[in-house]
Order: sequence, then structure tokens, then C-alpha cells
Amino acid sequence: MVRYIMIYTILSLGAIVMMVPLLWTVSTSLKTRDKITIRRLELIPDPVAFENYPYLFEARPILQYTRNTMVIVVASLFGAWVPCTLAGYAFARIPFPGRNIFFGILLATMMLPYVVRLIPLFLFFDEIGWTRTFGPLILPRVLGHNAFYIFLYRQFFRGIPEDIYDSARIDGCSEFGVWWRIFMPMSRPVLAAVSIFAFSFAWNDFLNPLIYLGSNKELWTLALGLNALQGFEGEDNSLNLIMVFSMLMIIPMLIVFYFGQKHLITGVTASGSLKG
Amino acid sequence: MQASLKSKHVQHDATRKLRLQEWWFRNRALIGFAFIFPWFAGFIIFDALPFIYNLYLSFTDYQIGTRGIPPWIGFENYIDIFTDDKLFGKSMYNTVYYLGFSVPLRLVFAFLIALILNLRVRGMELYRTLFYVPSVVPLVAATVIFAGFLNTRYGFLNQFLVLIGATPVRWLSSPDAIKPSLILLSLWGFGGQMIIFLAGLQSIPEDLYEAAAIDGGTGWHRLVYITVPLMTPTIFFNLLLGLIGGFQIFEQVFILIGTNGGPLQAGLVYMLHVYNKAFRDFEFGYSAALSVILFLIIFVLTIMLVYTSNRWVFYGDAQDDET
Repeated sequence: MVRYIMIYTILSLGAIVMMVPLLWTVSTSLKTRDKITIRRLELIPDPVAFENYPYLFEARPILQYTRNTMVIVVASLFGAWVPCTLAGYAFARIPFPGRNIFFGILLATMMLPYVVRLIPLFLFFDEIGWTRTFGPLILPRVLGHNAFYIFLYRQFFRGIPEDIYDSARIDGCSEFGVWWRIFMPMSRPVLAAVSIFAFSFAWNDFLNPLIYLGSNKELWTLALGLNALQGFEGEDNSLNLIMVFSMLMIIPMLIVFYFGQKHLITGVTASGSLKG
Repeated sequence: MQASLKSKHVQHDATRKLRLQEWWFRNRALIGFAFIFPWFAGFIIFDALPFIYNLYLSFTDYQIGTRGIPPWIGFENYIDIFTDDKLFGKSMYNTVYYLGFSVPLRLVFAFLIALILNLRVRGMELYRTLFYVPSVVPLVAATVIFAGFLNTRYGFLNQFLVLIGATPVRWLSSPDAIKPSLILLSLWGFGGQMIIFLAGLQSIPEDLYEAAAIDGGTGWHRLVYITVPLMTPTIFFNLLLGLIGGFQIFEQVFILIGTNGGPLQAGLVYMLHVYNKAFRDFEFGYSAALSVILFLIIFVLTIMLVYTSNRWVFYGDAQDDET
């Protein structure tokens, strides 16, 4: 009995501490302008300023930010669904010459920090006139340039029984057919997991948009817009709007994770990526 | 008559299949290459060439206005970094300081909470969600929230400290508090590691615990002799990723404190120094050299960890049975 009281006390205290910043965000996002600069703790907003939410859409080009972010998200999802799965399939099931060497290269790139490629890539895109455009953000994603996704797919595909594959092949199914008709439908968990990663990495990306789109306000993403709101307006008298903006970035992520959480764990663990 | 027609049909079908299989067998190398081609093209354009060019750049004097091939200056950038650059040491110190606290603390919190959640208490799903949700918050939003949360006058934390009679802290504007603020922010996102630990804990076979119970093992024995050893691969995984990620901390500092690194540059982390040299001062050669040093540090650290992992990471005999 004492043990249970202790467990629940620890869990509840921890959960409260973890949730306080978010509760404070919700509360601040609903406060009026003169309430946010009161130097006293006031968790329940009074009056409740729901109008902050529509107001932010007037004050900032939120829809434009969202559209720009979605361009990157869509490119990311396309890359994760088509080129990455094909590559994962080839690494798992097609015995082509040099496969192990290519796979070794793939694993090595997972360890390569972005910082050693940052400057040459910037100079390269600058040279071909692609800075201030979506190009540098889209091209790598459309090509499925993500070793981690390919690795997850490969591990998962290897877990699909060889018999299924063989019988399809004997029935005269092409490689493309096997990939499309058998592996894709059987791979829902790993597809869901990778899709969540792809969405959230694209949604959260900050450094790349900053470098390539920072000087082109037309193409700013939500992340850049939020950073600008907090940086330029002075954090004191627009705290409520900053928190409204934060909520706008958080809610889609919560929805994605709510629907995907079940698959996230099965997809990643079934890929066996944690066991090496 | 009918029978022979049927057998002919079957025969025809079989040869067609056979031919298809042959075609596939002869061309599967081609098909394999075609399937990995997009990734491989990306590897050449976005990994291999930039990596090599970055190495080359680090030996050149590439400044704004440099046209054509930047001039080769040998090790000059590296010599400058180690003898002349006060911010190199400072930013490295700040980064290691941040890592030294945030990585172990995050591991410990994530592991302990995962252990408690794994006790199969009622309402476990709810608690798991509550602990995990902050990790779902986009990093930019989390950082902006903390900027407000830690605001000296209007932030929650100081108002709370005043309420309970403690002294408020200038979290983001006093040199002593900047790094602790960054560590606090990183701790808020321990949920990702917690989930990985939880998945690992749930894959430990129940019969091991039962055997221990029969032999009269206490809860403490089970933790020390079963849980922790079997969790070492997961601990290793989280530790490695935590270190690699921690060395590259950037966005949080950029947004919370700005590119200067705050008062006395107490928040100037290594990546910020790299960023400033490249995109503020346009000294691309110098910045490339800084990035190569960071790469070498991460590389050596990874090798060392993997090498020493043989001594403390338990890969077990179970794995041999599985494969």
C-alpha cells in the first residue's frame, strides 16, 4: 500500500512538473495584453481572450507560413514513401552485386554529422542560384536522402517471411510488383513510424530554412515565423501572441502523434533497430 | 483432346513464368541498382562531395568575395583555431559543460521514470502520455515557450519562486544561469529516451524475473542483476545518440540567447561559433576547419564508446538463438 502511494506521488509530481510549461502556454495564449505584464502568478486567464487566436492570423501571414511548411512536409513524405522504401527493399531482398558495400556506406552516413556538409552545400546551392528558394530544402528530401528511414525499412522488410516473397516471385510477380503488392501493404507499422518522423522533422526544421530562406520572407516557414515573432517584437508585450503561435505549431504535432503512437513503437521495435 | 489442350496451356504458362524468372534473374542486379539509385545520387551530391570539399575548404582562405578556387593555406586555419581563437576554447567549454549535465541527467530521469512506468501501475498510459507530450512539442516552439517561461519578470518560474518566497533568477540574462537554463530545456524533452527505455524494458522476458523470484531474489537484485544488464544496449544507444546530438546543440541557443551567446558569451556553444564564422563573418574556410574539428571529436568519441562497449554492454546469448 505504502509502495503504491509512493509510486503515484512520484508519477503525479513528475507529470505536473512536465505539464506546467504547456499549461502555462495555453493559459498565456488566452490572456489579454494587459494581463500578460502583471508581475503576479495568475494561471487562469480572466478575461479569457479567445480573440488572440484569430488576431494572430491577421497580424502575421500564418496561412502563408503554413503553406510553405507544407511544401517541405509533402516533399519529405514523398521521399519517405517512394525512393526510401524502394532502396530499403533492394537492401533487404534483391541480391545485387556490392550490396553489402553499399549498405556499409549507408550506415556510415548515418554517423556523419550535418555540420561537416553544411558549408559546402550552402556554397554549392549559392553557386547554382538556389538560395532564397525551396530547392535546397526539397531536392534532398524528394530523393529520399535519409539513411535512417532506409535502414528502418530494410530491417522491417527482412522480417517479412521469405516464403511470401518466393511464392510471389514464382507466380511471376515483378520486383516492382512484389514491392507494391506485398511489401507495402504488410509494412503499415514501419510506414507509419517513418511518416511520423518525416512529418515531424520537416515541421520542426529550423537551421535549413534559416540559412536558405531567412532572407526571403515570402517563403518563411512556421518555425521561422515563430522565431521572428519572439525575436523582433520584444518578448514582453506580445507573450500571449507568441504562445498562440506556439500552440499552432504544437497542435498538428499532437494530432499526428495521437494517431500514430501505436505504430511508432511497433514500427521501430519490429525493425529491431534498437538491438543493432 | 481436352486434356491435351489443358496440359498444353499449363505448359505454356509454365514456360512463360520460367522466362519471366530468367529475365528477372539476369536483370536483378540492374533492378537493385535502379532501386537504390535515388539514394545513391543523394549520397554523392549531399554527403560524399560536400564532405570532401569541406575538408579541402578547411585548408583554404575562403572569405567573402573569393572567386574561383580559394587559395590553399595549409594548416593555417587549424593553427589559428588552437593558438589565436579565444572563442574556440570558450565555446568548447560551454558545449562540454552543457553535455556533462544534460546527457547523464536525461538518461537517469528517462530510465527511472521508465522503470516506474513499467511496474504496470493502473493509469500507466495516461502518465506515459503526460511525460512524453513535451517531447512532441517542436523544438522551436519548446524553446520559445521556455523563453517566456523563464522571462525574468513575466515568466512562470520566477513568479512561482516569488510566490513560495524564493529569490527570482535572471535565467537568460545572467551568465551563471544561461547554461542551467539550457540544461533545463533539454531535460524537459527526456520523453523520447523514456519511450525507448520503456520499449526495451517490456522486451525483457518475464521468466527471468520469475526464476530470480524462485531463487529468493529481492526487487533490488532483479534490478541490478537482470534489468540493468539487459538494458545496457538501450542505455548505450541513448548515450551515444545523446552525446552526438548534444555536441551539435544549436537552435535552442540561437533562439533563446541569440548568435552572440548572451552576456559574457556564457551560452556560446560550438555550433553557434561555426555558424557565426560562416554566416556572419563569411569566413567559410575557417568555419569549415572548425566543423572538421567537431567531426573528429564526435568520430573519436563514437569509436571509443563502441570499443569500450564490449566491456559493459551485454549483448547476451539470447541473440544467437534468435538469428
